[in-house]
Amino acid sequence: MPRIGVFVCQCGNNIESTVDTRKVAEEMKDLPGVVFTCSYKFMCSSPGQEMLKEMIKKHDLDGVVVSACSPHMHEATFRKACEKAGLNPYRCEITNIREQCSWVHPDKTKKTGTLKSMDLTRMTIERLKRNRPLKTISMSVTRRALVIGGGIAGIQAALDMAEGGIEVILVEKEPSIGGNMARLSETFPTMDCSQCILTPKMVEAELNENIKLYTYSEVEKVDGYIGNFTVTIRKKARYVKEELCTGCGECWEKCPYKAESEFEMELKERKVIYTPFPQSVPNIPVIDAPDCVMIQKGKCGVCAKVCGPKAIDFEQKDEFIEEKIGAIVVATGYELMPNERFGEYGYGKIKDVISGLQFERLASSSGPTGGRIVRPSDGKEPETVVFIQCVGSRDEKKGVAYCSKVCCMYTAKHTMLYKHKVHHGQAYVFYMDIRSGGKRYEEFVRRAIEHDGAMYLRGRVSRVYEKDGKVIVQGADTLSGTQVEIEADMVVLATAMVPRGSAVELAQRLGIGYDKYGFYNEYHPKLRPVETVNAGIYLAGTCIGPMDIPDSVSMGSAAASKVLSLFAKEKLAREPIVAHVDTPVCNACWDCLTACPYKAIEKEGIRDREGNIVRWHAKVNEGVCQGCGVCVAACRSKCIDLAGYRDEEVFAAINAF
Amino acid sequence: MEDKKTEEGWEPKIMAFVCNWCTYAGADLAGTSRMHYSPNVRIVKLPCTGRIDPLFVIKAFENGADGVLVSGCHPGDCHYTSGNYHARRRWIVFKSLMDFVGIHPGRLHFSWVSASEAIKWVDLIDRITEEIKKLGPFMEYRGLKK
Repeated sequence: MPRIGVFVCQCGNNIESTVDTRKVAEEMKDLPGVVFTCSYKFMCSSPGQEMLKEMIKKHDLDGVVVSACSPHMHEATFRKACEKAGLNPYRCEITNIREQCSWVHPDKTKKTGTLKSMDLTRMTIERLKRNRPLKTISMSVTRRALVIGGGIAGIQAALDMAEGGIEVILVEKEPSIGGNMARLSETFPTMDCSQCILTPKMVEAELNENIKLYTYSEVEKVDGYIGNFTVTIRKKARYVKEELCTGCGECWEKCPYKAESEFEMELKERKVIYTPFPQSVPNIPVIDAPDCVMIQKGKCGVCAKVCGPKAIDFEQKDEFIEEKIGAIVVATGYELMPNERFGEYGYGKIKDVISGLQFERLASSSGPTGGRIVRPSDGKEPETVVFIQCVGSRDEKKGVAYCSKVCCMYTAKHTMLYKHKVHHGQAYVFYMDIRSGGKRYEEFVRRAIEHDGAMYLRGRVSRVYEKDGKVIVQGADTLSGTQVEIEADMVVLATAMVPRGSAVELAQRLGIGYDKYGFYNEYHPKLRPVETVNAGIYLAGTCIGPMDIPDSVSMGSAAASKVLSLFAKEKLAREPIVAHVDTPVCNACWDCLTACPYKAIEKEGIRDREGNIVRWHAKVNEGVCQGCGVCVAACRSKCIDLAGYRDEEVFAAINAF
Repeated sequence: MEDKKTEEGWEPKIMAFVCNWCTYAGADLAGTSRMHYSPNVRIVKLPCTGRIDPLFVIKAFENGADGVLVSGCHPGDCHYTSGNYHARRRWIVFKSLMDFVGIHPGRLHFSWVSASEAIKWVDLIDRITEEIKKLGPFMEYRGLKK
């Protein structure tokens, strides 16, 4: 006969006001197997826990039911207390009689709440009678981490982890690390130059002995589970031998062919053999194969001729590298929504309508114009510039519903940069609201308006068109209630930030969640902001949603600290809520195998003496299994069961209903 | 089980099979937000709706339920990536079977309630309680237990 103790919590008045906890305790006394019941003011308090421990010992309890708040609140607390009293923690079950009873059924006569609490407690007791003691599963950990994305968030995460003594593999799909931050001119609100603060970090990442850089590479495949992942990295053919190249630049000097520069956002051309920007890390060029005449037609080969160390290799193929790691930080960043979607603003048709990132390149001293702000059409200095905010953001019909968060700030910065470089110029900003929450942010916007004379107009732009070499902007100023028309020389669109085009595909490969836009889902948006539902995979930066540089950096550090604390333990302990196969009953139909979302089910063969496989059955990999139980319901022969939620336990609860 | 039909002011009993991550948390939120709803529902928590065996539903009716609710994460939001899709597929097949074995479709409900949808949970419980109340006690399966 089991020896179960039932502890009903009054939670001060939170439960007691609508549930007669003494009556609940009294009623439970008569159930077979229950040897002790009580009602107590605050079970979660120290005296409450002490009492729980004392009663376990005094009555020699082999199971405990605590009827109190939601198990999401204090299940861990009570299980720990039970463990201290020598009871298996999984022999402690919680009944939720606060969130799902006393708080939602305000019957002051206590009749409703008491009746429901008794039902729920009885169900838990019956369930507890069938449940088994469980042991946490301990697993070994590979103390190496993978960072996907070499933008500022990824670099920060990699540096922090390397600093903590962990080997880090940093994979970046572009030829250089640096990400979008490398494109920026100055950064708000301090106006320090982006490259000046970023490039030292990039170099640090390159030189750090604990960091292994894979640039121009992508994650091809991810297998395994927390502590024991195996990833396959595709190292795209660079056509340059990295170990030989000195980065002298002779090849891209002499290359006779040109193509649009992706880094310069189509504002400048680059050579076909190129590094994206002068401070690229690593400073090793790549050949853009589709544009290379030598690779396509077998003619040219100038780069190979001028290369001193003979590093050019036109025969190079994509390489696949397998790495074993224990944790993954995903920091894939953002891109801009295609502006062409907004025909009324004339992007793509009118040369002097550009995006915010293009403006960054124009203003950057290492940019295509050397920092001179000029019109892309004729190279003249623009006298009037119109900035349009919320292009795509906060526009559910044509763009996205969310606010891109950084545009208000960078537009204010753009107006300042413009004024500092073109003193007689006038900036106009069409805005919906100015969102400048953040340290020194509001003061920054005020400075743009009051000190640098940016003209802010609250309203939307309806049309942008070209007339006599000018860009005419028609819009509304809702504060004065008038229609305005501005003859501008240039228009800058603050376009919405969206996740990378490949974000969803990567999420599916990693088994992490994403929202309808493709931004990755946190485990909990407030309390676990850098974790994902897939244990061992963490997030950082703008792949989660729009955020500015300080936020991206903090998230990079946060993700790194999560990995470091994961690796601080000798062995990984995890919840024993995993599926088990009763192998003699298994008829090898493999329904479980197709149903399992984690590929945790393996085929195992039984061999005879000669070593021939005579029968197959399913086997659960405890490390991979997340305990969803899909296989249990899918199993035809009822040979799989889920620890903690076994059929027997669930039926016991149903029977007590 | 006493014959409820003869009782004055009869109240239906509803069993809810919910997933731990979305609907259970949503029901918790209804509590923390101090919302109110019909007390007829008894929740059985499972890790995922994909864990729900159709037999659970039959057993619930056998043990005195007048209605059953299955609720989990919205499509695409499953904590376990795709468990709720399994539940949905199982549900589609199972629902027509239920009708065949004499269980009125109005006694059986399926819904998606996310961790933030406390209001939806409250409305759902109130609505299905009303609906099942109209159908009256479900006696046909009770005898099966004996």
